[in-house]
Amino acid sequence: MATDHPPAAADPAHPAVPLKGATRKGDRIFLGLSRGSGIALLAIMAAIAVFLTWRAALAISADEANFLTAFEWDANATPPRFGIAVLAFGTVVSSLIAMIVAVPVAVGIALFISHYAPRKLATPLGYVIDLLAAVPSIVYGLWGALFLVPHLSGLYEWLDDYFGWSGILTYEGGAARSLFTAGILLAIMILPIVTNVSREVFRQAPKMHEEAALALGATRWEVIRVSVLPFGRSGVISASMLGLGRALGETMAVATVLSPSFLIHASLLQPGGGTFAQNIAAGFKEAGATGRDALIASGLVLFVITLLVNGAARLIIARRKEYSGANA
Amino acid sequence: MKQLQRTSRLRTAAVGALTVCGALVLSACGSDDNSGGSGSETSKAAGNISCGGEGKLLASGSSAQKNAMDVWTQTYQSACDTTQLNYKPTGSGAGIQEFLQGKTAFAGSDSALEPGEVAKSKKVCKGGQAVDLPMVGGPIAVTYNLEGVDDLVLDAETLAEIFDSKITKWNDPAIKKLNPDAKLPSTKIQAFHRSDESGTTDNFTKYLNTAAPGSWKHEPAKAWAGKGGQGADGSSGIATNVKQNDGAIGYAELSYATGNDLNTVKLDTGAKEPVEATTGNASKAIADAKVVGQGKDLALELNYKTQAESAYPIVLATYEIVCDQGNKKETLAATKSFLKYTASEDGQKALAEKGYAPIPEEIITKVRSTIDGLK
Repeated sequence: MATDHPPAAADPAHPAVPLKGATRKGDRIFLGLSRGSGIALLAIMAAIAVFLTWRAALAISADEANFLTAFEWDANATPPRFGIAVLAFGTVVSSLIAMIVAVPVAVGIALFISHYAPRKLATPLGYVIDLLAAVPSIVYGLWGALFLVPHLSGLYEWLDDYFGWSGILTYEGGAARSLFTAGILLAIMILPIVTNVSREVFRQAPKMHEEAALALGATRWEVIRVSVLPFGRSGVISASMLGLGRALGETMAVATVLSPSFLIHASLLQPGGGTFAQNIAAGFKEAGATGRDALIASGLVLFVITLLVNGAARLIIARRKEYSGANA
Repeated sequence: MKQLQRTSRLRTAAVGALTVCGALVLSACGSDDNSGGSGSETSKAAGNISCGGEGKLLASGSSAQKNAMDVWTQTYQSACDTTQLNYKPTGSGAGIQEFLQGKTAFAGSDSALEPGEVAKSKKVCKGGQAVDLPMVGGPIAVTYNLEGVDDLVLDAETLAEIFDSKITKWNDPAIKKLNPDAKLPSTKIQAFHRSDESGTTDNFTKYLNTAAPGSWKHEPAKAWAGKGGQGADGSSGIATNVKQNDGAIGYAELSYATGNDLNTVKLDTGAKEPVEATTGNASKAIADAKVVGQGKDLALELNYKTQAESAYPIVLATYEIVCDQGNKKETLAATKSFLKYTASEDGQKALAEKGYAPIPEEIITKVRSTIDGLK
């Protein structure tokens, strides 16, 4: 920085010295350390990327089926045949269901904590939500398998009765272990992240705007609508993306509640489908050499999807920068 | 103000801790306890173990052997405290991989080595190759949950058709024929299979493929190939789902069926009486197996079509895999001493308590002589 902005017309007696002052021993050590760790991080990342891409390339070149469109996964067979179409569909759909369920609820909770609840209630509520974020995913998975699945059949039947005509919500009985259930479980898991970040953003909404709205005779809801929500919009989007990231990569919880298969059903309530992370967890232990490489290849695809999603989120946030203040 | 905040923070922490404890207790209710007996037998057996070697003995592989290994390790360790045995249930594939890389002294596996793996093993086993030693047998129980039916007989054909979604109702004529006295409801059948790749699936489908070739056309494999039904993660996942759903049927190692109080199907094998899934009946079926391994290798070919009296044919035989020659010097003595114990009468007897089937006398004698000759 110092070299970018030389002091224009500075005191000729003291040329640039005060700005360059970082020459003490500690400064040099610190500079070396931070630069070194930065470079090391990049090098490690590059090495991992090269390794993964190489293994994935090995698997894909051995693949006898179309890697992107095949509806099967026989990576350990000779010749190996596998494709990621079902996994990509399942990952995206279960995460979307999670977002549709979780984001409105999370925004509601965040608004309640930041603007409606009395302080005495808001603080403990905030802590409880923080705690929810710390529960390990396998515990959510067990709860999902032992409690949620047996109790969802009722909801499934109701959905089938009223929305079965749509084709995507038909239910034919049996254990409720579908992408829809996985989505609901994921929604519960990402709720705390989305809530926490949104709450912080809503709290930072400028008091002046709120008071101005109140002075104009706005009700509490109108205050939130005209001043808090527009201000927090980009923050809520970033929060949702954080949650979406977790949902896309969630492994154990999905593996415990989903009944996977390499078919795509029109109905979300039919057992079947799968996600990238779940498939890796299910296949890794008994995989042979090609099988393992195939799983790594599927992991790379998940990585690309996550990257695309994050990129899209950045674009949206960048466009709404005018509202975001410190939270861009 | 600060004081106030601090106390309220403390209070919320307490509330939170309570919530978490509650959640833990709840989830603990559902956990499966598959360890049948207690450790009462362990001290008795300790007398006949001859210790050998010292230091760490690493092994990994089949998770189906885990409970057996736990019992053996406990007993062996109490007799020989100079060796630290560590068996990691990583799954057969990973276990063989680690053994071939020379990381472990022996591997546990649900299936015998493939020819390619034997070829690779010549690198680790200097002057020799890897061999399969059958050590743990286990019945795979077909468990079901059907209201009002406590006694159910099925045969290979109907099992194959049920698990391939060709029979979809419990009152199907094929099932009725085998159970003339049972009151079969018209409940839909929910067939559960393993969603992860597993040796249990491999052995179960091998049985279906051999005993009912007309009804089960899929190649036996570790990954489920049948049509329809639902997948569940691990044997515990199968047990949980069968327990939760009326009309469910699934397959799992016997210990999971007994541990979860599930009904098991009796098999009509062609013998006079339908055969129940017990460790004793499984041993009888393993006794009907042929040794197909060459030389010191003792890989078994199970006779899934056996009609012998009270022989339960859906069994899996799991192996320990070691080098016949060229075992690592540091661990050879300990490996030999531990395997000698597991193949001994005491070692095999300890199995039955955990839902495993002891390897029958004829075969285990061969195993013992191979172990004696390990170099």
